[in-house]
Amino acid sequence: MSANCDIEFTLNGVKRQLSVPAGMSTLEMLRERLGLRGTKYACGEGECGACTILVDGLTLNSCLMFAVDCDGRELQTVEGVAASEVGARLRDAFVANGAVQCGFCTPGLMVQASHVIEHNPGAGAAEIRRGIEGNLCRCTGYKKIIEAIQAAEQKNG
Amino acid sequence: MHAIERYVRPGSLEEAAEILRAGNVTVLAGGTDLMPQTHAGRVKFQSVLMNVRRVPELRGIEEHGGVVRIGALVTITELRESALVRERLNVLWQACDHFASDQIRNAATLGGNVCNASPAGDTLVPLLALEARTVLASKPNGSLETRRIPLDKFFSGPGRTLKKPSELLAAIEVPLPPQGFVGEFYKHGTRPGLDISAISIAVGAQLKGKVLNEVRIAFGAVAPTPIRAPRAEAVLEGREADAATLEAAAQAALGEIHPISDVRASDWYRRELVRNMLKRVISHVGQL
Repeated sequence: MSANCDIEFTLNGVKRQLSVPAGMSTLEMLRERLGLRGTKYACGEGECGACTILVDGLTLNSCLMFAVDCDGRELQTVEGVAASEVGARLRDAFVANGAVQCGFCTPGLMVQASHVIEHNPGAGAAEIRRGIEGNLCRCTGYKKIIEAIQAAEQKNG
Repeated sequence: MHAIERYVRPGSLEEAAEILRAGNVTVLAGGTDLMPQTHAGRVKFQSVLMNVRRVPELRGIEEHGGVVRIGALVTITELRESALVRERLNVLWQACDHFASDQIRNAATLGGNVCNASPAGDTLVPLLALEARTVLASKPNGSLETRRIPLDKFFSGPGRTLKKPSELLAAIEVPLPPQGFVGEFYKHGTRPGLDISAISIAVGAQLKGKVLNEVRIAFGAVAPTPIRAPRAEAVLEGREADAATLEAAAQAALGEIHPISDVRASDWYRRELVRNMLKRVISHVGQL
């Protein structure tokens, strides 16, 4: 058993206080301790991007982040992104463009795509491709995902 | 997995060095290597987990007197977004641009990549070509001391370095290359994103017309540590990159590497890659 540590952070706009074991991942904390199951566990080693979250405005793999390191930081999960204006546009565009098949990669892609759109609003297909290189999708072949992100961008303008 | 008995977050380099002096410490920075390594059981937690994120001395990219100091906590994204790195240490910038994925670049630190000491570590190869050195901090006798080790002496094997458990990597120092120094980083993998190199190459040189000077060549994933290739460099020094010189440099390099066969490539394939891609990279550099 690891030592427990008290941490305090902002999660989707709400202040949270929690005691977590020092070795726990942020992903496990989100899913098992806070019941936010939108963030997915797939590879567990930073290869697939299914667990992507925003921390202080940058995307990270939550499976690689120690929960204790959330202390004092601002987290946004797919639940928070979905409630945002960009999130709503992305959700509609993913549906309209058939960018969801099994859906397991979708939350991570939504978070990463929101990050790409916020940081580079005019991103073309090549930049989107670079932006989502850390997110694996085993169903769609990416074409429809890239088209969906482009469609969400255009509605931005 | 060993139990973590205590989690500490020092607020200064002095405090961090004091904690290290007491021993049994695992250092946490970006976590992108530590988490999978501890999960897989390849690394065991010590009884103290020390998060160095709040140590201000480990941050920042600054140039003073011809030396660029990169704090150990600087992330790959920060390096990629630095105009100084892009303009003056471009071969390092290229490696940061190729590095893993956005999510990893946002978390992973330069200090972590150096201390992890993978033979395939992406930033290590350009850092060797840039003749970087490590700055190690410790507090052996009650006061903070630093020592510097050139990067080409720092790695002692796969995952091993000369850093003592009581020392913290504080920064990487890179002497500014001479004006007109150009370079190229090449990484061979099965896909552009999130791949561990089968081999990687960094070549840097100062061009006078077509003549190569101050030639520096480094390789990753062809030996137990990332390496420089001094004999290949000597072949090129003061010459133009014509076909015969390129072949002679490639042959010299083949005598300096010791590749193994693993899941990413056979030793034969690694040799073929080095021979062919080194020639390509040098001829690119010769035309920059």
